[in-house]
Amino acid sequence: MSRQVDEATVRRIARLARIKVTDAEAKALEGELSGILDWVKQLDEVDTDGVAPMTRVVAMTLKRRPDKVTDGEIADDVLANAPATEDRFFAVPKVVE
Amino acid sequence: MSDLSKLTLADARAGLRAKKFSATELTEALLAAIEAGNRSLNAYVLPTPEIALRQAGASDARLAKGEARALEGLPLGIKDLYCTKGVRTTACSNILDGFTPTYESTVTQNLWDAGAVMLGKLNNDEFAMGSSNETSCFGPVASPWRRKGSNVALVPGGSSGGSAAAVAADLCLAATATDTGGSIRQPAAITGTVGIKPTYGRCSRWGIVAFASSLDQAGPIAKSVRDAAIMLRHMASADPKDSTCADLPVPDYEAEVGKSIKGLKVGVPKEYRIDGMPREIEDLWQQGIAWLKAAGATIHDVSLPHTKYALPAYYIVAPAECSSNLARYDGVRYGLRKPGKDLIDTYEETRAAGFGPEVRRRVLIGTYVLSAGYYDAYYLKAQKVRTLIKRDFDEAFAKVDVLLTPATPGPAFGVGEVSGDPLQMYLNDIFTVTVNMAGLPGIAVPGGLSSEGTPLGLQLIGKPFDEPTLFRAGQVIEDAAGRFAPPDRWWDARKGT
Repeated sequence: MSRQVDEATVRRIARLARIKVTDAEAKALEGELSGILDWVKQLDEVDTDGVAPMTRVVAMTLKRRPDKVTDGEIADDVLANAPATEDRFFAVPKVVE
Repeated sequence: MSDLSKLTLADARAGLRAKKFSATELTEALLAAIEAGNRSLNAYVLPTPEIALRQAGASDARLAKGEARALEGLPLGIKDLYCTKGVRTTACSNILDGFTPTYESTVTQNLWDAGAVMLGKLNNDEFAMGSSNETSCFGPVASPWRRKGSNVALVPGGSSGGSAAAVAADLCLAATATDTGGSIRQPAAITGTVGIKPTYGRCSRWGIVAFASSLDQAGPIAKSVRDAAIMLRHMASADPKDSTCADLPVPDYEAEVGKSIKGLKVGVPKEYRIDGMPREIEDLWQQGIAWLKAAGATIHDVSLPHTKYALPAYYIVAPAECSSNLARYDGVRYGLRKPGKDLIDTYEETRAAGFGPEVRRRVLIGTYVLSAGYYDAYYLKAQKVRTLIKRDFDEAFAKVDVLLTPATPGPAFGVGEVSGDPLQMYLNDIFTVTVNMAGLPGIAVPGGLSSEGTPLGLQLIGKPFDEPTLFRAGQVIEDAAGRFAPPDRWWDARKGT
């Protein structure tokens, strides 16, 4: 079977997924991802013409609730696990010069 | 006093109510079992003895006043996928290093509201991605079971490997678990425990670390069918915080245990007889059929023609949803941060350092199948196949009440024996994954021992929200097969004393 992904594709999707990969990892992933994608391609055998995609497993209407504030004012809780904060904000490396 | 840790949940409940022992004594017995066994098994990633003893003390006060709630004083283990307020929760991933939730998951809150006691957080595959508990950042769990005459460490299955091992080794009375493709039923089956994945929407997903949101469901692993019924009743609830959680009353599942199955129509799907399936799995299946028949059920051949496509469809849907869900781990709001030269570089360094190889693989597969130009060919195609899988079940359930299948294609394998080949590992879920794809309830019940002396399980699959039938039929199997405990308590440091 043809290889679904080459090394350039691995690098492109790793970039999209925001995961740094080393050269050795990219090489290994090329084979692993191709193997999995080749295997799932067997779905092409299934005739799905006119079949609707499944959107929910059990028929139910999505619940609604009154549009009221029921939670909030918990900035300390929200920030409690942040790796870096400043004045009750999340702190990140400089984005704009 | 005999070792209280070996009691079932139901027997411990009866003992507490009859004041044969206190919740504190019971909890101390379990904590001692953890202390003596966890070094070998690695089932707990964080025991919480102070919390357990505080809760047990409060339970004793309630028991004394005659104000016991349904699970008063019963010590449980909690899979590390459940957020527990003030107690480190990592999903066994380095990327959630040190994460301490400021809130409690709905399911665990339900358990504490019913009086249960928390012994600690249990090991699992990283983000519940795995079938052997080998992808955990805390290292693998050893099954308490070993092959006859062998010291080779066996896996307890996964992803709820810590839950299954802790229950099988009496390090808790019962445990919470989660199941996205088989993560409750496969470990239960290969450790001789009972595990039920309820219907999608039966338990709230709120506060459980997300893997694949259209497949994830909470459920228990327990020592007996009755114990699983007790647990599920108090885990399940309607929940305004989870829009996919069903607004249905929770039945008294325990009341089903022991009821007759006379006249129950049991379907046997021929597509579950796969090439290369070991003879002993086929024999176990036939034995299960004979047991249900002897109890008054009628047996019917049914066909689920799209069964073989469930696993490949799953390996599109689950990675796609995981790549979306795991986008939140960016090193900004919680968990690990590995500083890079700019913000994008910080994201990339953080995610490379924080995710293990299997999680990375699935995020990349998911990113690929959702990327521009591929969505229709992969994700949309898989969701259409999912409709066909569901339709197969609907047609079968027009004729029968419940389905009986093997739970796994084989017994427990050794640590490291399968981990080199992702596709080989994925095949472990071949009999369980269909149930998640269709959103149905499934229970794994011990059926016997393999030629290697290790457990094998049977699976019952029910109609949506028909867990009651699964508990009824499950008890029939348990009555016929018996319960199974590891013959040698090799992990117990107190052994021989």
